[in-house]
Amino acid sequence: MANMAKNKNDVISTDREALVRGLRRVLSTHCLLLGEEDLRPYECDGLTAYRELPLAVCLPETEAQVIDILRTCHSLGVPVVARGAGTGLSGGAMPHAHGIVLSLARFNKILRVDRAARLAVVQPGVRNLAVSEAAAPFGLYYAPDPSSQIACTLGGNVAENSGGVHCLKYGLTVHNVLRIRVVSIEGEVFEVGSEAPDAAGYDLLALMIGSEGMLGVVTEVTVKLVPKPELAQVVMASFSDVAKAGDAVAAIIAAGIIPAGLEMMDKAATAAVEPFVKAGYDMNAEAILLCESDGTPEEVAEEIARVTDVLNAAGASDIRVSQSEAERLRFWAGRKAAFPAVGRITPDYYCMDGTIPRKRLAEMLSAIAAMEIKYGLRCANVFHAGDGNLHPLIMYDASKPGDWERAEAFGAEILELSVALGGSITGEHGVGIEKINQMCVQYATPEIEAFHRVKAAFDESGLLNPGKAVPSLHRCAEYGRMHVHHGDVKFPELERF
Amino acid sequence: MLMAHSLDDIVAAVRNAAAEHAPLRIRGAGSKDFYGGLLAGEVLNVSAHRGIIAYEPTELYITAKGGTPLAEIEAALAEKGQMLAFEPPHFSGGDAGPAGASVGSAGATVGGCVAAGLSGPRRQQAGAVRDFVLGVKLVDGTGQVLNFGGQVMKNVAGYDVSRVIAGSLGTLGVIAEATLKVLPKPVSETTLVFDCDAAEAIRRLNEWGGLPLPISASFWHDGQLWLRLSGARAAVEGATGKLGGNVAVNPEKHWNSIREQTHPAFAASPLWRLALPSNVPSPELEGLRAIEWGGALRWYAGEVDGDHAAVRAAAAPLGGHATLYRAPESLRCLEGAFTPLPPALLALHRRLKKTFDPQGILNPGRLYAEF
Repeated sequence: MANMAKNKNDVISTDREALVRGLRRVLSTHCLLLGEEDLRPYECDGLTAYRELPLAVCLPETEAQVIDILRTCHSLGVPVVARGAGTGLSGGAMPHAHGIVLSLARFNKILRVDRAARLAVVQPGVRNLAVSEAAAPFGLYYAPDPSSQIACTLGGNVAENSGGVHCLKYGLTVHNVLRIRVVSIEGEVFEVGSEAPDAAGYDLLALMIGSEGMLGVVTEVTVKLVPKPELAQVVMASFSDVAKAGDAVAAIIAAGIIPAGLEMMDKAATAAVEPFVKAGYDMNAEAILLCESDGTPEEVAEEIARVTDVLNAAGASDIRVSQSEAERLRFWAGRKAAFPAVGRITPDYYCMDGTIPRKRLAEMLSAIAAMEIKYGLRCANVFHAGDGNLHPLIMYDASKPGDWERAEAFGAEILELSVALGGSITGEHGVGIEKINQMCVQYATPEIEAFHRVKAAFDESGLLNPGKAVPSLHRCAEYGRMHVHHGDVKFPELERF
Repeated sequence: MLMAHSLDDIVAAVRNAAAEHAPLRIRGAGSKDFYGGLLAGEVLNVSAHRGIIAYEPTELYITAKGGTPLAEIEAALAEKGQMLAFEPPHFSGGDAGPAGASVGSAGATVGGCVAAGLSGPRRQQAGAVRDFVLGVKLVDGTGQVLNFGGQVMKNVAGYDVSRVIAGSLGTLGVIAEATLKVLPKPVSETTLVFDCDAAEAIRRLNEWGGLPLPISASFWHDGQLWLRLSGARAAVEGATGKLGGNVAVNPEKHWNSIREQTHPAFAASPLWRLALPSNVPSPELEGLRAIEWGGALRWYAGEVDGDHAAVRAAAAPLGGHATLYRAPESLRCLEGAFTPLPPALLALHRRLKKTFDPQGILNPGRLYAEF
């Protein structure tokens, strides 16, 4: 039944010679990597704690080759892991030991930028930022801006439903992609969505965006382009207390303002960032808020004035408004450099991605502070405050025995608390392999079974990215044995072993 | 008719129907009975399963039982200065409502709104129903209760099934609860009116669409183009100065007549809905009645004995699709309300339908005759 595909995959063994013969018929030598030294760079994605060497890496250059690769793998029962730039943070592109990596890196052409229709048609290996750069001469841009936008690809963005610092106002990938062209594991091509505002039938586009390469391989993406606002300005506010900062976020929303961006950093994060970036952050503040307003100059002035009033009323100890584009970018530079800055003060860090209702922020942060003591590890917090998406950065040292295990347990506890507070284990990074156990906490048996059935409706063979995103019920049963919440035994219908 | 007052009632009704292989016709207020294909099976009325479960203005969401009237939700939101930004049409009650409105009911329900997936004039700025669905509690075709999504804006754990439910016309499950993202109402709104023909309207709308203007709705009919600006006061005033046109007095009634399709432009049967890339020229069709959504939505009056295939054939090469929106049920069943799917997509639809409703008892034929 539903979890059969998974169990089958656990015992997959591939006839490597037959696979290589098959792939050689499809791909010329420069498109097929087989030697260990060539495969090594593909052994992990942005989540480096999990690694696996694939049997082969395919770098097709045409859709016809993608079709033939998938048909070959399908006929031989070989798992396929699609990959963009490999910047993902949840191990979604981690290879399968008995499978291939299907890299879309050479699908790097922008096929069309249509000024009149305000859309762009691109191949999946095109970088996120490249789309906005191509649209810039027309005063247009592609709104979702994940922090990795300089490197991450549109195909990867589709797989993860990527967000960014502006998604509160401009939406996620799912709100900005109009159409995708997909090859199924059987090698059949289909398109979902359209250049019109909707398409006939079920909204399969919404289903496939964020499906982590489990349902099909994307070979073309059509995105919506939006007019670039004339002006953007950012307000930076300091708070002596994180709870006050959290309340200020709610107060902004309650005042009827949807800012273009609304971000928070705690003291540990600003302390890591400031020496590195010199953004001018208030080092005495327990938390700072960055609130961006965009639009016409009059509109921005109006909104900034309203935001400033709200922040003052919420008890901000200091408020500064960017007075130039250079200053705006400097304020943001600190936030955008938070991950590398933390990377400078610790040998390794582990980035979490829980989403919580905004009003539970203070609760979450004090719980994280307690966990720092419990696990003996430090944690810096950056927060897409506007949409409740928290990125705790747990600092550890992979070379110290036991450090990673503690970091992982720390992270798991944060994610499970996110669910308990009414949120989600992942806001924008995806489940991948990383949060597969926490899926068992967020969802119960019927939903997990439904996800497996959805997967099977697209990929009956279970060969697309097996073992990711949706756990098997047996995995949940094993995990459930370790994590009993409030005395509830999860998955009581399953045998325990 | 089966009347469900609770989640348990819905589950029991679906389980019984599944055991007897008997189709169910899920119904809220019946305000969208006119829309889609066949209405088959015993009516499962969920309008008594109603009530707002949670509304958190600062978290920007509302959760309500499927039978909750849209009017009740909108009243609660209005108290806090918020709205359903996709402006769903109710198609019930009020003056000269179109055929199918259910007399005596409390009006369109949120479950029906999500199931039908229809958005109103503000869709061009804010997005469609599916863009605002954060989560659903669904009773699938076996009577199983499934919770997808949640109450937070960002949630990529598991497949995004809740958005697929928008527009699925009840064929994948009974919507027992829905959580929708809500937004603050704009501070300021102004409506401008221009005299121009359809081609000029399409040209202007697309030109404006490429500029950072706060256009929240557009409507062309019979030589007049109506444009609504919404946003910060300064933004609306600035755009008004830039665009010219005549400022309309009390335009709310006008926009409501478009949202609810009580405007004479929609008084046609059959009425075709063509969703197209916004900038394509008008297809070679007679009977253009109205243009909305910045040019991307165009309404045509058809003929009962007309060449229906020709309408679909005109929309397809332009990159869009044509829906037989309002027409006698016999015609909708004969022609199919919705554009036929290519074989690969139809096969996927059937498999997806089967995963949620293995016996095919939920609203069979309402979306496509094949399932």
